[in-house]
Amino acid sequence: MTDPAAAPKLPTAAVGRRSLPSLIWLIPVVAAAVGLWLVAHTWLAQGPIITIRFSSADGIEVGKTKIRYKSVDIGDVKAIEISEDRKAVVVSAQVAKSAWDLLSRDSKFFVVRPRISGGTVSGLSTLLSGAYIAIEPGTSKELFINFIGLEDPPEVTSDMQGREFTLHGEQLGSLAYGTPVFYRRVNVGHVTKFSLDSDGRGVAVDVFINAPYDRFVTSNTHFWHASGVDVSLDANGLKVSTESLAAIIEGGIAFQELADLPPPPGPAPSGASFTLYDDRAQALQPPDLHREQFALYFPESLRGLSVGAPVDFRGIVIGEVKSLGVEYEKADSPIRFPVMIDVYPDRLRSRSLNGSSPGAYSQAKSRAIIDRLVAHGMRGQLRTGNLLTGQLYIALDFFPDASKTAIDWSGTPPVLATLPGGLTEIQDAVARIARRLDRIPIEQLSGELSQALVSLNATLKGSQKLIGQLDSQVAPQATRTLGEAEQALKAANAILAEDAPLQKDVQDALKQVAQSARALAVLADYLERHPESVIRGKAEDAR
Amino acid sequence: MRTPRSLQKTSAYVVAAAILYIPANVLPVMHSSSLLVEQDDTILSGVVYLMRSGSWPLGLLVFFASIMVPLLKIMALGLLVWMSARRSRAHMLARARLYRVVEFIGRWSMLDIFAVTLLVALVRMGRLASVLPGPGALAFAAVVVLTLLAADSFDPRLIWDSADADD
Repeated sequence: MTDPAAAPKLPTAAVGRRSLPSLIWLIPVVAAAVGLWLVAHTWLAQGPIITIRFSSADGIEVGKTKIRYKSVDIGDVKAIEISEDRKAVVVSAQVAKSAWDLLSRDSKFFVVRPRISGGTVSGLSTLLSGAYIAIEPGTSKELFINFIGLEDPPEVTSDMQGREFTLHGEQLGSLAYGTPVFYRRVNVGHVTKFSLDSDGRGVAVDVFINAPYDRFVTSNTHFWHASGVDVSLDANGLKVSTESLAAIIEGGIAFQELADLPPPPGPAPSGASFTLYDDRAQALQPPDLHREQFALYFPESLRGLSVGAPVDFRGIVIGEVKSLGVEYEKADSPIRFPVMIDVYPDRLRSRSLNGSSPGAYSQAKSRAIIDRLVAHGMRGQLRTGNLLTGQLYIALDFFPDASKTAIDWSGTPPVLATLPGGLTEIQDAVARIARRLDRIPIEQLSGELSQALVSLNATLKGSQKLIGQLDSQVAPQATRTLGEAEQALKAANAILAEDAPLQKDVQDALKQVAQSARALAVLADYLERHPESVIRGKAEDAR
Repeated sequence: MRTPRSLQKTSAYVVAAAILYIPANVLPVMHSSSLLVEQDDTILSGVVYLMRSGSWPLGLLVFFASIMVPLLKIMALGLLVWMSARRSRAHMLARARLYRVVEFIGRWSMLDIFAVTLLVALVRMGRLASVLPGPGALAFAAVVVLTLLAADSFDPRLIWDSADADD
């Protein structure tokens, strides 16, 4: 019998509720986390929406046009709308969050399209991919989202090292955006901007010189147009010079520092202004700091004299013609033709031989020099510079014979005395000679001449008589003397002939003398070798 | 043999699939870049493109296979789980049929992922053209896999359990 109570208790299934949910619920949690992360990632990566105003939306397409910084996509165009005033388009674009700090108040936006200018081709990739909007980040820290886009890409971007300078010239020449700037024929920069001066009297050209070449631009530097080909014909022959092939086609600017000036303290500051000269010769000549204006009145025609013609002082160009004009004061006064010239006294100042500099410029000093020159007879004269083209130039030269004169400095401008020159002078000289010829007494001269001829005739007759006398008296005597001399010479000749007896005798005697001399030589020789033979007599040969 | 904790597993899978369904449709599935264009496509934008370009049948196919089917599967499985948990006795035969349909069409939802993987593998021309999968593709693949797992872990006998309890 078994005690049911003693029977082992059967294990009973414990039915309980799990307090914790199954691990399977981790899956939706993970899914939610991943989903949230994906959404959050996308959401957070989206940056601000910016608007950019352009004058036209040429090449910009919604959803396709990108905003790029250094060719990296940082955003998309989301919408293009026409502005409220209908004068521009407003492009809305979403910019990546990472590019947030590129959006400062002075950031610049511009559309990059394919551009071909002179020697450079840019944006070629946009031919296929379409235009894109490029950003040029600013320096301001302030965030900004409403921009006004640039119509032209800026020539200088912030990542370019170098300096910008402004050049002032008379004309633009063939310069354009991006035209190269040369330093010793190395391309070191380009034109970034040009504009007319506000008064319209010149142009201002901004150039950007890349580092490290920007340090070659100093206060002594002169810039000039290096456009085209420079052909010069001088005493050394034909010389053709140009900066580069690209410069021939699209022009260029070159610069160089003046050689004979004291070295400047350092490179020119960014934004410094320079003069843009028309050519190299003009740029590199020493600067003409001072000038004196003179008026010259020439008696002859001014045809062939043009504005800019040189004023030449014995081969040295010291000035140029500024203007030609006509003036008359009263109806009865003669019409005069004033030629205004500029003279640069700096070029006239003497450099003393010991090399000391001429000292500071003063107007009084330079006028004193000119006064002295005029007192020595310096006058202006028109001369032909080129026989083919008839170009005239003004020569200043010394004419010691010229009548004394002095410059009246009170005139505005003072008048420099002139002399007729060139052809006029020749004409005057010819007339003078003709007048002198005219004064010669030709009739009187011819009478004297005929008298002289008569006396000459008598003299000739006298000399003829003398010759006849010589012929009749002196000649026979001379003939006789000559015959005697001939005989004497013949006798001498006979004595000296080769087969003459005297000659023969002398030859024989000489032969005998030679034989005895030979015998004596043999004897002397023998005695020298055998001195004993004087005592013993000649020994027999021991054979 | 019954699937242990079938209801819990299925409902967990369904919830996860439902959550991932959102990024799968919002985020781009495919990133295609060529010389001319570079663009991101979501499933819906692909459908819209197909419809606009005139391929109505193809557009509808993609719309059903990639958008409607996963959504319907999630909703159907959710319904099945919910009703089984409540031990509802309504439309038990219809629910059993629904389950079979869900299990059958599940695999066809991978069509999109298949197309994207094919494109990624085939269109590799460097700068000329290339296709890369987007983050949406991952989410979409997860949705499809999770609905398959949910359908697999659901025990159809649960539908009939309430009928037994009634006896």
